[in-house]
Amino acid sequence: MTPTGRATAPGDDLRTWVPICAYADLIPERGAAALVAGDQIAVFRTFDGRFFAVGNRDPYSGAYVMSRGIVGTRDEEPVVATPMHKQVFSLVTGVCLDDPETALPTYPTRVTDGTLEVSVE
Amino acid sequence: MRIVVAGYGPAAHRLVETLARRGFTGTITVIGEEPRPAYDRVALTSYLKGTGAGELTLPDPGASARVLLGDRVVRVDRGRRTVTTRDGHEEPYDVLVLATGSAPFVPPVPGAGRAFVYRTIEDLDAIRAASAGATTGVVVGGGLLGLEAADALRGLGLATHVVEMGPWLMPRQVDEGGGAVLRGHVERLGLTVHTGTGLDRIEDGRVVLADGTSIDAGVVVFSAGVRPRDELARRAGLPVGERGGVVVDEGMRTADPAIYAVGECALAGGMVYGLVGPCNAMAEVAADRVLGGSASFTGADLSTKLKLLGVDVASFGRLSGALDVTYMDPVGGVYKKLFVSDDARTLLGGICVGDATPYTLLRPLVGRELTASPSDLLFAGAGGPRVDLPDDAPVCSCNNVTRGEIRAAIAERGATDVPALKKCTRAGTSCGSCLPALASILAAEGVAQDKALCEHFAHSRSELFDIVRVRGITTFSRLIAEHGRGRGCDICKPVVASILASLDGGHVLEGERAALQDTNDHFLANIQKNGTYSVVPRIPGGEITPEKLIVIGEVARDFGLYTKITGGQRIDLFGARVEELPLIWKRLVDAGFESGHAYGKALRTVKSCVGSAWCRYGVRDSVGMAIALELRYRGLRSPHKLKAAVSGCARECAEARGKDFGVIATETGWNLYVGGNGGFTPRHAELLATDLSDEELIRSIDRFLMFYIRTADRLQRTSAWIERIGLDHLRDVIVGDSLGICADLDAAMERHVGGYFDEWRATVEDPEKLRRFVSFVNAPGTPDPSIVFETRRDQITPVLVEVTRS
Repeated sequence: MTPTGRATAPGDDLRTWVPICAYADLIPERGAAALVAGDQIAVFRTFDGRFFAVGNRDPYSGAYVMSRGIVGTRDEEPVVATPMHKQVFSLVTGVCLDDPETALPTYPTRVTDGTLEVSVE
Repeated sequence: MRIVVAGYGPAAHRLVETLARRGFTGTITVIGEEPRPAYDRVALTSYLKGTGAGELTLPDPGASARVLLGDRVVRVDRGRRTVTTRDGHEEPYDVLVLATGSAPFVPPVPGAGRAFVYRTIEDLDAIRAASAGATTGVVVGGGLLGLEAADALRGLGLATHVVEMGPWLMPRQVDEGGGAVLRGHVERLGLTVHTGTGLDRIEDGRVVLADGTSIDAGVVVFSAGVRPRDELARRAGLPVGERGGVVVDEGMRTADPAIYAVGECALAGGMVYGLVGPCNAMAEVAADRVLGGSASFTGADLSTKLKLLGVDVASFGRLSGALDVTYMDPVGGVYKKLFVSDDARTLLGGICVGDATPYTLLRPLVGRELTASPSDLLFAGAGGPRVDLPDDAPVCSCNNVTRGEIRAAIAERGATDVPALKKCTRAGTSCGSCLPALASILAAEGVAQDKALCEHFAHSRSELFDIVRVRGITTFSRLIAEHGRGRGCDICKPVVASILASLDGGHVLEGERAALQDTNDHFLANIQKNGTYSVVPRIPGGEITPEKLIVIGEVARDFGLYTKITGGQRIDLFGARVEELPLIWKRLVDAGFESGHAYGKALRTVKSCVGSAWCRYGVRDSVGMAIALELRYRGLRSPHKLKAAVSGCARECAEARGKDFGVIATETGWNLYVGGNGGFTPRHAELLATDLSDEELIRSIDRFLMFYIRTADRLQRTSAWIERIGLDHLRDVIVGDSLGICADLDAAMERHVGGYFDEWRATVEDPEKLRRFVSFVNAPGTPDPSIVFETRRDQITPVLVEVTRS
C-alpha cells in the first residue's frame, strides 16, 4: 500500500520531510505548486481534508501546471485534471486514468503541527 | 459510363450527389444555363434580405463531375447519343438526364414584357434594381411563390399589391376559411389583396385588372405558376404531356431508355411536381436506376409547411373528406382544419394557418387511425396529446426519411443529437420543418440519458440551471450533495461555476467558487503552452485613445511581454507568470482598463467597423452601438464564449454575420442576426429581426442571451443551440413571448447589468485572493524556473525545457 495521502506511515521517521505550507494555506479542492530541492511538486487538499503530492509537470504538454488543475473524484477516487488538455490523474497513485501507461510521480505527505510536509527522498 | 446532365438546379445536384455517394465511377458532365452552380431555390427570398449568393449554393456534390456553366443543351441527337450546346460544344453520352426545370408562366397580356419573373438570382437582382426607383409593386399570383415575391417587394420598401385569379390566397394549399385568415395576416402587414380577378394589361407605371381596377405599379412580378421546360424532349421526339412535362415511367426513364428526366420538367404518373421533396426523390430514383437498381417513384407527399410573411401556413394529405373538424380564431389569426374518414377513425389531411404546430406531429399520421379525438389533435404539439409515430411514418418529406430510419440512426449509428441525425439521415437538411420532430424522437428513444453532464450529475446543463434557479442553490457543495454524487470534475465544476455566476453574480474567485473554475477563470487570464498566461484588457468596440495605447505598450515593455493584435480588435499580452498577473492588472486598472474576460465562457468583444462618424458609406454609429453593447454584456457568463459585432452599413466590414449576435445598420434601423460563428464549423448568423430601434435591439439581444444562457447545453455555441431549438421558436419566445418568460429574462439581464464589477480590480484590492498568485507556495519570491523564452522577430517566444534535479 502506498503511503501517499496518509498522515503518517511506517518508516516515516527515516524519511526527510520538507515543510511546504500551513494547512490553512490551501483551498479545499485546489492545488499549489512547491519547489523542493529543485523538483516542482503539486500539492492538493481534497474536500475530505486529505493531502496529496504529485509531480507538477504535465507529462502530455511538458508544462509545469498540474497544481492548477481541477480537483474532483472519479468513481470515488480523488483525481486532478491537467488544465492543458484535461487528462485525468489519480492523486493516490499518480496514474493517468485515461491512459494507464502514463503516470505522475507521487510523494508521501504528512501534517505536523498544522504544517504540510512532503518527502522527496 | 458517360452521363450527361442537362440543367444544374437542385434536382441535378441531388442526382450527382447520389451518384457520388454510391460510388459511381464513370464520367459525369453537367451543363447548366445559369452562371453559378446549383443553389437552394427554396431560400431564394433570403437573398434579398442579405444572404449572399454563395451561401445559397448547395454543397459540393462530392463527385468529380465536369460542370459547364453559362451554357445549355439545345439539341439531342438520340441516334448518335450526343448533345449539342448553345455554344456549339458537342458531348457524347451513354445516359442523358434531363433536369431542365421549369420556367415561370407569363400570361399573354398586353405589356407582359414590362414585368419580371421570380425564379433565379438574376431575376432577383433585376427586381432589386428596378425597385430602387419605384414606390409601388404588384405581384400577379397569390400562391406560395406569389406571397414569397410579395414579401420580397415589401422588403424592398414597395407598397405591394397581390393579384390572385382564384377566389382566395393560396388556393392550392388552403380552403376558403384558411384563405380568409391568411388574407387578414397579409393585410395587417400593409399589403393589398385582390382576389377573383386576373390581369388585363400592363402599362407604363400601372396595371389594369380584368375588373377594371387600375393599380399604380412601378414593378410588376409574375408569379402565377410555372411550366415544365420540355422543349429539348419535344425536339428530340420524346413524348410530353398535354400540358407539358417529359413523360417518364416509375424509374424516371423517358420513351428512350438512354434518357431520363427528373425534377420539375418531368411528368411522372401524370403529375408535374414543383416541390423540392418529390424532385429530390426523383433524382435519387434515377441515380439508382443508372446504377442498375430498381427504385421507383410512385408519387409523393405534397404536404407543405412554410412561413410566409411571418405567418405559418401548412397543409398535408387530402384537403377534402367526409368529415372535417375546424378551429377558427379570427382574433388570433389562427385557422386549423382536419379531414377525417366518414367513420371518423382515419386522418385524411389538414390545413393550418397561423399556427402550424400540429403539422409536424399529424402529417405522418395521414392514412392512419386517429390516436385521439380530432378536436384534441387540432392542438397536438402545444400541450396537447402525445402522438407516437409508427416506424414507416415519414418524418422528413423533403428527403424521404421515416421514423424507422431515424430510430435506426439513433440505435445503430450512435446519433445522439439533432445535428448528428441530420448528418446520418439527411432529415431536416432542406426546409427544416421537421427539426422539432427530430428532437422529440430523440427524447422518445431515451437519448435523454445522454444529457447527463458527467458521472457526477445525471442532468443536462439546462436542467441544472433550472434546479439552481428554482431552488435558490448558491454553492456547488449543496448542489452535488442534493442532486449529484462524488465531488465533481473538470466538466461539471466549471459548468456549475458558470451557472452560479450567471444567476447571482459575485466574484468568480469568492470562497468555494474559486475551486470550481478552470485554470483560465481561476487566474483571470489565458493559459498558454508553457504554463504562462496572456492578459487581454477590454477595449470596448475596438475604440482606444492614444494614451491608453501607450499604457498597454509600456506595460508590455516593462514586463517583457509578447504583444499581438487579436481578431476581436484588442491587444493580447503574452508570457506573464502567475505572480506577475496582479502587478500587470494593477497598472492597467490604474490607467482605466478592466478585464476583457478573454479567459471566460463569457462575452468577449463587440467588434465594430468605423461607422457613420467617419465612414462615407456608414448609415449608423456602429462604434457607439458596439461600445454600448459591450459595456452592457461585459462579464456575462454563458455556456460558451460569446462574440458579437456591429456594422454601420450593409457592406458589413465588422463581419457581424460571423458572430453569435451581429448587428447591421440599415437606413431605417438595425437588423439583428444570431447564431453565427467562425471556428471549426463556420456558420453565418441568421436574420432574427429587422429595422429595430436602439431600444428594441437591446431588448431583443437581452432576451436572446438570457434564453441562451438558461437553455443551452454545456459548451454549446449559439449556432448549435439555435439548430436544436429552431430559429422560429427562438423568435416566438423572445419576440412573441410565447413562453411568457420575457419579463423574467429582462429582469435577469437588469440584475446582470446592475451587478457588474471588474474582476481584476476586485482581485487586486483583496489580499486574500492575491495570495494564490505565486509560482511556489513555499518560495513566493522565486519565479518558475521552467519558464524560458527565446527571441523571435524581436519578441519573446516560449521554449519548453525539462527541469531536472541538480
